[in-house]
Amino acid sequence: MNLLEMKNVKKSFGDLQVLRDISLEVGDGEIVSIIGPSGSGKSTLLRCATLLENMDAGMLKYEDEIVAKDDPNGKAVYADKKTIKRIKSVYGLVFQQFNLFPHWNVLRNVTDAVINVQKKSKSEAEKIGKELLDKMGLLDKAEYYPYQLSGGQQQRVAIARALALNPKVLFFDEPTSALDPELTGEVLKVIKSLKDLHIAMVIVTHEMAFARDISDKVIFMADGVIVEQGSAEEVFNSENERMRLFLGRYKDIL
Amino acid sequence: MSISQIILELFEGLLVSVQIFAITLLFSLPLGLVVALGRMSKNSTVSGITKVYISIMRGTPLMLQLFVVYYGPYYLFNIKLNPTYRNMAVYIGFIINYAAYFAEIYRSGIQSMPVGQYEAADILGYSKVQTFFSIIMPQVIKRILPSVTNEVITLVKDTSLAFSISVMEMFTKAKALSSSQTSMTPLIVAGVFYYVFNFIVAYMMEKAEKKLDYYK
Repeated sequence: MNLLEMKNVKKSFGDLQVLRDISLEVGDGEIVSIIGPSGSGKSTLLRCATLLENMDAGMLKYEDEIVAKDDPNGKAVYADKKTIKRIKSVYGLVFQQFNLFPHWNVLRNVTDAVINVQKKSKSEAEKIGKELLDKMGLLDKAEYYPYQLSGGQQQRVAIARALALNPKVLFFDEPTSALDPELTGEVLKVIKSLKDLHIAMVIVTHEMAFARDISDKVIFMADGVIVEQGSAEEVFNSENERMRLFLGRYKDIL
Repeated sequence: MSISQIILELFEGLLVSVQIFAITLLFSLPLGLVVALGRMSKNSTVSGITKVYISIMRGTPLMLQLFVVYYGPYYLFNIKLNPTYRNMAVYIGFIINYAAYFAEIYRSGIQSMPVGQYEAADILGYSKVQTFFSIIMPQVIKRILPSVTNEVITLVKDTSLAFSISVMEMFTKAKALSSSQTSMTPLIVAGVFYYVFNFIVAYMMEKAEKKLDYYK
Protein backbone atom coordinates (compact mmCIF):
# COMPACT_ATOMS: atom_id res chain seq x y z
CA MET A 1 0.00 0.00 0.00
CA ASN A 2 1.20 3.48 -0.77
CA LEU A 3 1.77 5.84 2.08
CA LEU A 4 0.91 8.86 -0.01
CA GLU A 5 -0.93 9.05 -3.27
CA MET A 6 -1.68 12.18 -5.26
CA LYS A 7 -3.59 11.96 -8.52
CA ASN A 8 -4.25 14.55 -11.21
CA VAL A 9 -3.54 17.43 -8.86
CA LYS A 10 -4.23 20.88 -10.23
CA LYS A 11 -3.62 24.20 -8.54
CA SER A 12 -3.75 27.77 -9.77
CA PHE A 13 -3.05 31.09 -8.14
CA GLY A 14 -5.28 33.48 -10.01
CA ASP A 15 -4.51 33.03 -13.68
CA LEU A 16 -1.25 31.28 -13.00
CA GLN A 17 -1.54 27.53 -13.24
CA VAL A 18 1.17 26.21 -10.94
CA LEU A 19 0.32 22.51 -10.93
CA ARG A 20 -1.11 21.27 -14.20
CA ASP A 21 -1.71 17.59 -13.66
CA ILE A 22 0.49 15.95 -11.12
CA SER A 23 0.31 12.37 -9.96
CA LEU A 24 2.77 10.75 -7.62
CA GLU A 25 3.09 7.95 -5.15
CA VAL A 26 5.29 7.52 -2.14
CA GLY A 27 5.72 4.08 -0.61
CA ASP A 28 6.52 3.16 2.98
CA GLY A 29 10.05 4.21 3.83
CA GLU A 30 10.68 5.47 0.32
CA ILE A 31 12.93 8.46 -0.25
CA VAL A 32 11.77 10.73 -3.03
CA SER A 33 13.53 13.86 -4.25
CA ILE A 34 11.74 16.50 -6.24
CA ILE A 35 14.01 18.63 -8.38
CA GLY A 36 13.38 21.24 -11.02
CA PRO A 37 13.78 24.91 -11.83
CA SER A 38 12.41 27.63 -9.56
CA GLY A 39 8.75 28.29 -10.19
CA SER A 40 8.11 24.79 -11.47
CA GLY A 41 5.61 24.08 -8.69
CA LYS A 42 7.72 21.88 -6.40
CA SER A 43 7.00 23.80 -3.24
CA THR A 44 3.34 24.20 -4.12
CA LEU A 45 3.09 20.46 -4.60
CA LEU A 46 4.58 19.96 -1.13
CA ARG A 47 2.22 22.54 0.34
CA CYS A 48 -0.74 20.73 -1.22
CA ALA A 49 0.47 17.41 0.15
CA THR A 50 0.81 18.90 3.64
CA LEU A 51 -2.53 20.75 3.48
CA LEU A 52 -0.97 24.19 3.78
CA GLU A 53 -2.62 24.85 0.43
CA ASN A 54 -5.83 23.38 -0.90
CA MET A 55 -5.61 21.98 -4.38
CA ASP A 56 -8.24 22.99 -6.93
CA ALA A 57 -8.71 19.51 -8.32
CA GLY A 58 -7.31 16.07 -7.78
CA MET A 59 -7.08 13.27 -5.26
CA LEU A 60 -4.98 13.13 -2.12
CA LYS A 61 -4.71 9.99 -0.05
CA TYR A 62 -2.61 8.99 2.96
CA GLU A 63 -2.48 5.24 3.56
CA ASP A 64 -6.08 4.17 3.01
CA GLU A 65 -7.61 7.46 4.03
CA ILE A 66 -8.89 9.83 1.36
CA VAL A 67 -8.12 13.43 2.31
CA ALA A 68 -9.52 15.03 -0.83
CA LYS A 69 -11.07 13.92 -4.06
CA ASP A 70 -12.91 15.43 -6.98
CA ASP A 71 -16.64 15.98 -6.89
CA PRO A 72 -18.60 15.37 -10.13
CA ASN A 73 -17.65 18.87 -11.29
CA GLY A 74 -13.97 18.05 -11.02
CA LYS A 75 -13.38 20.24 -7.98
CA ALA A 76 -11.43 18.89 -5.03
CA VAL A 77 -13.51 18.34 -1.90
CA TYR A 78 -11.75 17.83 1.40
CA ALA A 79 -12.60 15.39 4.18
CA ASP A 80 -14.09 16.56 7.47
CA LYS A 81 -12.01 18.20 10.18
CA LYS A 82 -11.68 15.05 12.24
CA THR A 83 -10.18 13.07 9.39
CA ILE A 84 -7.83 15.91 8.57
CA LYS A 85 -6.70 16.16 12.16
CA ARG A 86 -5.94 12.44 12.16
CA ILE A 87 -4.09 12.69 8.85
CA LYS A 88 -1.90 15.47 10.15
CA SER A 89 -0.23 13.05 12.54
CA VAL A 90 0.98 10.96 9.60
CA TYR A 91 3.35 13.54 8.16
CA GLY A 92 5.79 16.25 9.18
CA LEU A 93 7.35 19.14 7.31
CA VAL A 94 10.70 20.85 7.53
CA PHE A 95 10.60 24.40 6.19
CA GLN A 96 13.13 26.35 4.22
CA GLN A 97 13.06 29.09 6.86
CA PHE A 98 13.03 26.62 9.81
CA ASN A 99 10.11 28.40 11.51
CA LEU A 100 11.17 27.50 15.01
CA PHE A 101 9.26 29.15 17.83
CA PRO A 102 11.66 31.86 19.02
CA HIS A 103 10.17 32.25 22.49
CA TRP A 104 10.83 28.62 23.42
CA ASN A 105 14.17 27.02 24.05
CA VAL A 106 15.39 24.19 21.85
CA LEU A 107 14.06 21.40 24.05
CA ARG A 108 10.62 22.97 24.31
CA ASN A 109 10.53 23.52 20.56
CA VAL A 110 11.01 19.79 20.16
CA THR A 111 8.80 18.57 23.00
CA ASP A 112 5.87 20.97 23.22
CA ALA A 113 3.78 19.39 20.48
CA VAL A 114 4.52 15.93 21.88
CA ILE A 115 3.01 17.11 25.16
CA ASN A 116 0.23 19.41 23.97
CA VAL A 117 -0.80 17.75 20.70
CA GLN A 118 0.02 14.10 21.26
CA LYS A 119 -0.77 14.39 24.97
CA LYS A 120 2.22 12.41 26.11
CA SER A 121 3.68 13.01 29.56
CA LYS A 122 6.33 15.65 30.01
CA SER A 123 8.95 13.13 31.09
CA GLU A 124 8.26 10.91 28.11
CA ALA A 125 8.38 13.89 25.75
CA GLU A 126 11.69 15.04 27.20
CA LYS A 127 13.14 11.58 26.81
CA ILE A 128 12.11 11.57 23.13
CA GLY A 129 13.34 15.13 22.69
CA LYS A 130 16.73 14.54 24.26
CA GLU A 131 17.31 11.37 22.24
CA LEU A 132 16.56 13.24 19.03
CA LEU A 133 18.71 16.23 19.97
CA ASP A 134 21.49 13.79 20.72
CA LYS A 135 21.04 12.25 17.28
CA MET A 136 21.23 15.74 15.79
CA GLY A 137 24.38 16.49 17.80
CA LEU A 138 22.61 19.26 19.68
CA LEU A 139 22.03 17.84 23.13
CA ASP A 140 24.30 20.49 24.64
CA LYS A 141 22.09 23.19 23.08
CA ALA A 142 18.86 21.99 24.70
CA GLU A 143 18.53 25.11 26.84
CA TYR A 144 19.51 27.56 24.10
CA TYR A 145 17.05 29.78 22.29
CA PRO A 146 16.81 29.61 18.49
CA TYR A 147 18.44 33.02 17.96
CA GLN A 148 21.57 31.73 19.70
CA LEU A 149 22.02 28.99 17.08
CA SER A 150 23.44 29.00 13.57
CA GLY A 151 21.07 28.40 10.66
CA GLY A 152 22.30 24.83 10.32
CA GLN A 153 21.70 24.16 14.00
CA GLN A 154 18.25 25.73 13.78
CA GLN A 155 17.36 23.51 10.87
CA ARG A 156 18.53 20.45 12.78
CA VAL A 157 16.30 21.47 15.68
CA ALA A 158 13.44 21.81 13.20
CA ILE A 159 14.14 18.29 11.96
CA ALA A 160 14.17 16.99 15.54
CA ARG A 161 10.89 18.82 16.19
CA ALA A 162 9.28 17.11 13.20
CA LEU A 163 10.68 13.68 14.10
CA ALA A 164 9.53 13.94 17.72
CA LEU A 165 5.94 13.46 16.54
CA ASN A 166 6.95 10.20 14.92
CA PRO A 167 5.65 10.84 11.39
CA LYS A 168 5.50 8.14 8.74
CA VAL A 169 6.54 10.58 6.06
CA LEU A 170 8.65 13.68 6.44
CA PHE A 171 8.58 16.43 3.83
CA PHE A 172 11.48 18.84 3.33
CA ASP A 173 10.86 22.09 1.50
CA GLU A 174 14.29 23.20 0.27
CA PRO A 175 15.79 22.53 3.70
CA THR A 176 19.19 24.00 2.86
CA SER A 177 18.29 26.91 0.59
CA ALA A 178 18.65 29.42 3.42
CA LEU A 179 22.08 28.11 4.42
CA ASP A 180 25.64 28.71 3.29
CA PRO A 181 27.56 25.74 1.79
CA GLU A 182 29.21 24.77 5.05
CA LEU A 183 25.96 24.66 6.99
CA THR A 184 24.25 22.98 4.04
CA GLY A 185 26.70 20.11 4.39
CA GLU A 186 25.93 19.54 8.06
CA VAL A 187 22.17 19.54 7.45
CA LEU A 188 22.39 17.20 4.46
CA LYS A 189 24.50 14.84 6.54
CA VAL A 190 21.79 14.76 9.19
CA ILE A 191 19.09 14.10 6.60
CA LYS A 192 21.14 11.26 5.18
CA SER A 193 21.49 9.79 8.66
CA LEU A 194 17.70 9.58 8.88
CA LYS A 195 17.74 6.78 6.33
CA ASP A 196 18.02 4.18 9.06
CA LEU A 197 14.82 5.43 10.71
CA HIS A 198 12.97 3.94 7.75
CA ILE A 199 10.47 6.73 7.46
CA ALA A 200 9.50 7.97 4.04
CA MET A 201 11.00 11.30 2.99
CA VAL A 202 9.95 13.65 0.24
CA ILE A 203 12.63 16.26 -0.36
CA VAL A 204 12.36 19.32 -2.55
CA THR A 205 15.93 20.33 -3.17
CA HIS A 206 18.41 22.06 -5.42
CA GLU A 207 21.26 19.88 -4.13
CA MET A 208 21.67 17.55 -7.08
CA ALA A 209 24.47 15.36 -5.74
CA PHE A 210 22.53 14.90 -2.54
CA ALA A 211 19.35 14.00 -4.40
CA ARG A 212 21.24 11.49 -6.51
CA ASP A 213 22.86 9.82 -3.52
CA ILE A 214 19.93 9.59 -1.15
CA SER A 215 16.89 8.98 -3.33
CA ASP A 216 15.02 5.82 -4.19
CA LYS A 217 13.12 7.92 -6.67
CA VAL A 218 13.79 11.27 -8.28
CA ILE A 219 11.05 13.41 -9.76
CA PHE A 220 11.91 16.21 -12.15
CA MET A 221 9.29 18.92 -12.43
CA ALA A 222 9.04 21.81 -14.83
CA ASP A 223 6.19 24.21 -15.58
CA GLY A 224 3.75 22.45 -13.28
CA VAL A 225 4.14 18.95 -14.65
CA ILE A 226 6.33 15.97 -13.88
CA VAL A 227 8.71 15.68 -16.80
CA GLU A 228 10.69 12.69 -15.68
CA GLN A 229 10.60 10.29 -12.77
CA GLY A 230 12.43 7.14 -11.86
CA SER A 231 15.59 6.01 -10.14
CA ALA A 232 18.29 8.63 -9.69
CA GLU A 233 20.31 7.02 -12.42
CA GLU A 234 17.44 7.03 -14.89
CA VAL A 235 16.50 10.61 -14.26
CA PHE A 236 19.97 12.10 -14.21
CA ASN A 237 20.87 10.28 -17.41
CA SER A 238 17.62 11.12 -19.10
CA GLU A 239 17.76 12.24 -22.69
CA ASN A 240 14.80 14.52 -22.15
CA GLU A 241 15.72 17.92 -23.43
CA ARG A 242 14.16 19.91 -20.59
CA MET A 243 15.96 17.72 -18.09
CA ARG A 244 19.27 18.10 -19.85
CA LEU A 245 18.83 21.83 -20.06
CA PHE A 246 18.17 21.98 -16.35
CA LEU A 247 21.05 19.72 -15.42
CA GLY A 248 23.41 21.41 -17.84
CA ARG A 249 25.54 23.18 -15.34
CA TYR A 250 25.26 20.45 -12.73
CA LYS A 251 26.36 17.70 -15.10
CA ASP A 252 30.04 18.38 -14.62
CA ILE A 253 29.99 18.11 -10.87
CA LEU A 254 27.74 15.07 -10.69
CA MET B 1 -3.54 75.34 54.57
CA SER B 2 -0.17 73.76 55.11
CA ILE B 3 1.64 71.84 52.42
CA SER B 4 1.22 68.59 54.33
CA GLN B 5 -2.53 69.09 54.38
CA ILE B 6 -2.52 69.72 50.65
CA ILE B 7 -0.50 66.58 50.10
CA LEU B 8 -2.90 64.59 52.25
CA GLU B 9 -5.95 65.91 50.38
CA LEU B 10 -4.38 65.26 47.00
CA PHE B 11 -3.27 61.84 48.08
CA GLU B 12 -6.92 60.90 48.61
CA GLY B 13 -7.61 62.10 45.08
CA LEU B 14 -4.62 60.14 43.85
CA LEU B 15 -6.16 56.94 45.18
CA VAL B 16 -9.23 57.60 43.04
CA SER B 17 -7.00 58.29 40.02
CA VAL B 18 -5.12 55.05 40.62
CA GLN B 19 -8.42 53.24 40.84
CA ILE B 20 -9.58 54.62 37.50
CA PHE B 21 -6.19 53.70 36.02
CA ALA B 22 -6.21 50.14 37.36
CA ILE B 23 -9.81 49.33 36.49
CA THR B 24 -9.40 50.77 33.00
CA LEU B 25 -6.35 48.60 32.33
CA LEU B 26 -7.88 45.52 33.90
CA PHE B 27 -10.83 45.61 31.52
CA SER B 28 -9.61 47.43 28.43
CA LEU B 29 -6.59 45.17 27.86
CA PRO B 30 -8.66 41.97 27.44
CA LEU B 31 -11.53 43.86 25.77
CA GLY B 32 -9.03 45.34 23.31
CA LEU B 33 -7.99 41.85 22.30
CA VAL B 34 -11.61 40.89 21.63
CA VAL B 35 -12.07 44.06 19.57
CA ALA B 36 -8.86 43.35 17.65
CA LEU B 37 -10.10 39.86 16.81
CA GLY B 38 -13.40 41.37 15.70
CA ARG B 39 -11.57 43.89 13.54
CA MET B 40 -9.64 41.06 11.86
CA SER B 41 -12.71 38.83 11.54
CA LYS B 42 -13.51 37.36 8.14
CA ASN B 43 -17.14 38.18 8.84
CA SER B 44 -17.56 41.57 7.18
CA THR B 45 -20.40 42.66 9.49
CA VAL B 46 -18.28 42.04 12.58
CA SER B 47 -15.17 43.66 11.13
CA GLY B 48 -17.26 46.56 9.79
CA ILE B 49 -18.89 47.29 13.14
CA THR B 50 -15.60 47.13 15.05
CA LYS B 51 -13.95 49.34 12.47
CA VAL B 52 -16.61 52.02 12.95
CA TYR B 53 -16.37 51.65 16.73
CA ILE B 54 -12.59 52.10 16.70
CA SER B 55 -12.90 55.02 14.32
CA ILE B 56 -15.37 56.84 16.61
CA MET B 57 -13.36 56.15 19.75
CA ARG B 58 -10.20 57.47 18.18
CA GLY B 59 -11.84 60.27 16.24
CA THR B 60 -13.67 62.06 19.06
CA PRO B 61 -12.38 63.54 22.34
CA LEU B 62 -12.34 61.29 25.37
CA MET B 63 -13.91 64.13 27.36
CA LEU B 64 -16.87 64.19 25.01
CA GLN B 65 -17.19 60.43 25.28
CA LEU B 66 -17.30 60.70 29.07
CA PHE B 67 -20.10 63.25 28.77
CA VAL B 68 -22.06 60.98 26.46
CA VAL B 69 -21.67 58.00 28.77
CA TYR B 70 -22.59 60.02 31.84
CA TYR B 71 -25.42 62.20 30.52
CA GLY B 72 -26.52 60.01 27.62
CA PRO B 73 -28.82 57.69 29.56
CA TYR B 74 -30.79 60.70 30.80
CA TYR B 75 -30.84 62.87 27.69
CA LEU B 76 -31.32 60.05 25.24
CA PHE B 77 -33.49 57.59 27.12
CA ASN B 78 -34.73 59.62 30.06
CA ILE B 79 -33.24 57.12 32.48
CA LYS B 80 -32.48 58.61 35.87
CA LEU B 81 -29.38 57.16 37.39
CA ASN B 82 -28.25 57.78 40.94
CA PRO B 83 -25.08 59.84 41.54
CA THR B 84 -22.89 56.81 42.12
CA TYR B 85 -23.26 56.22 38.37
CA ARG B 86 -20.70 58.99 38.01
CA ASN B 87 -17.82 56.62 38.85
CA MET B 88 -19.27 53.89 36.73
CA ALA B 89 -19.53 56.33 33.81
CA VAL B 90 -15.84 57.14 34.13
CA TYR B 91 -14.90 53.48 34.12
CA ILE B 92 -17.12 52.70 31.13
CA GLY B 93 -15.91 55.74 29.19
CA PHE B 94 -12.25 54.99 29.79
CA ILE B 95 -12.56 51.26 29.17
CA ILE B 96 -14.33 51.55 25.82
CA ASN B 97 -11.98 54.31 24.69
CA TYR B 98 -8.77 52.53 25.67
CA ALA B 99 -10.00 49.18 24.37
CA ALA B 100 -10.15 50.77 20.91
CA TYR B 101 -6.56 51.98 21.12
CA PHE B 102 -5.31 48.68 22.53
CA ALA B 103 -7.21 46.83 19.79
CA GLU B 104 -5.21 48.64 17.13
CA ILE B 105 -1.98 47.89 18.97
CA TYR B 106 -2.87 44.20 19.22
CA ARG B 107 -3.84 44.14 15.57
CA SER B 108 -0.55 45.63 14.44
CA GLY B 109 1.29 43.08 16.57
CA ILE B 110 -0.72 40.10 15.39
CA GLN B 111 -0.45 41.11 11.75
CA SER B 112 3.30 41.54 12.04
CA MET B 113 3.74 37.87 12.92
CA PRO B 114 5.34 35.86 10.12
CA VAL B 115 2.99 33.39 8.46
CA GLY B 116 5.61 30.68 8.98
CA GLN B 117 4.77 30.57 12.68
CA TYR B 118 1.15 29.69 11.88
CA GLU B 119 2.20 27.16 9.27
CA ALA B 120 4.67 25.43 11.58
CA ALA B 121 2.02 25.22 14.29
CA ASP B 122 -0.51 23.87 11.80
CA ILE B 123 1.85 21.15 10.58
CA LEU B 124 2.64 20.14 14.16
CA GLY B 125 -1.07 19.68 14.79
CA TYR B 126 -1.78 22.53 17.20
CA SER B 127 -5.38 23.70 17.24
CA LYS B 128 -6.16 27.30 16.26
CA VAL B 129 -6.73 28.24 19.90
CA GLN B 130 -3.48 26.61 21.04
CA THR B 131 -1.60 28.32 18.24
CA PHE B 132 -2.99 31.71 19.13
CA PHE B 133 -2.47 31.57 22.87
CA SER B 134 0.76 29.63 23.21
CA ILE B 135 2.64 30.55 20.05
CA ILE B 136 1.33 33.80 18.60
CA MET B 137 0.28 35.88 21.63
CA PRO B 138 3.46 35.50 23.70
CA GLN B 139 5.45 36.85 20.76
CA VAL B 140 2.89 39.56 20.03
CA ILE B 141 3.12 40.81 23.62
CA LYS B 142 6.87 41.25 23.28
CA ARG B 143 6.42 43.13 20.03
CA ILE B 144 3.73 45.50 21.26
CA LEU B 145 5.06 46.24 24.72
CA PRO B 146 6.68 49.59 23.78
CA SER B 147 3.42 50.83 22.21
CA VAL B 148 1.45 49.62 25.21
CA THR B 149 3.80 51.51 27.52
CA ASN B 150 3.03 54.70 25.61
CA GLU B 151 -0.67 54.13 25.94
CA VAL B 152 -0.45 53.32 29.65
CA ILE B 153 1.50 56.50 30.35
CA THR B 154 -1.10 58.50 28.46
CA LEU B 155 -3.78 56.83 30.55
CA VAL B 156 -2.18 58.02 33.79
CA LYS B 157 -2.50 61.60 32.57
CA ASP B 158 -5.92 61.04 30.98
CA THR B 159 -7.42 60.04 34.33
CA SER B 160 -7.52 63.79 35.00
CA LEU B 161 -10.29 64.06 32.37
CA ALA B 162 -12.64 62.50 34.94
CA PHE B 163 -12.62 66.05 36.22
CA SER B 164 -15.06 66.90 33.44
CA ILE B 165 -17.86 64.96 35.09
CA SER B 166 -16.81 65.97 38.60
CA VAL B 167 -15.34 62.72 39.82
CA MET B 168 -13.21 63.46 42.86
CA GLU B 169 -9.90 62.30 41.47
CA MET B 170 -6.62 64.10 41.99
CA PHE B 171 -6.93 66.78 39.34
CA THR B 172 -10.48 67.74 40.42
CA LYS B 173 -9.20 68.10 43.97
CA ALA B 174 -6.13 70.09 42.92
CA LYS B 175 -8.27 72.47 40.89
CA ALA B 176 -10.70 72.99 43.80
CA LEU B 177 -7.89 73.51 46.33
CA SER B 178 -6.09 75.90 44.03
CA SER B 179 -9.24 78.06 43.69
CA SER B 180 -10.13 78.05 47.37
CA GLN B 181 -6.55 78.71 48.51
CA THR B 182 -5.75 81.02 45.60
CA SER B 183 -2.48 79.15 45.25
CA MET B 184 -0.51 77.33 42.61
CA THR B 185 0.84 74.86 45.16
CA PRO B 186 -1.91 72.22 44.85
CA LEU B 187 -1.47 72.12 41.09
CA ILE B 188 2.29 71.78 41.41
CA VAL B 189 1.93 69.00 43.99
CA ALA B 190 -0.55 67.23 41.69
CA GLY B 191 1.96 67.57 38.85
CA VAL B 192 4.64 65.96 40.99
CA PHE B 193 2.26 63.11 41.87
CA TYR B 194 1.45 62.47 38.19
CA TYR B 195 5.12 62.54 37.35
CA VAL B 196 6.06 60.07 40.07
CA PHE B 197 3.13 57.84 39.11
CA ASN B 198 4.35 57.74 35.53
CA PHE B 199 7.93 57.29 36.60
CA ILE B 200 6.91 54.12 38.42
CA VAL B 201 4.79 52.95 35.47
CA ALA B 202 7.66 53.52 33.04
CA TYR B 203 10.06 51.73 35.35
CA MET B 204 7.79 48.71 35.64
CA MET B 205 7.18 48.53 31.90
CA GLU B 206 10.91 48.72 31.30
CA LYS B 207 11.36 45.81 33.70
CA ALA B 208 8.73 43.85 31.78
CA GLU B 209 10.48 44.59 28.49
CA LYS B 210 13.79 43.44 29.94
CA LYS B 211 12.15 40.27 31.16
CA LEU B 212 11.05 39.47 27.61
CA ASP B 213 14.54 40.15 26.33
CA TYR B 214 15.54 36.51 26.75
CA TYR B 215 14.80 35.81 23.08
CA LYS B 216 14.88 37.67 19.81
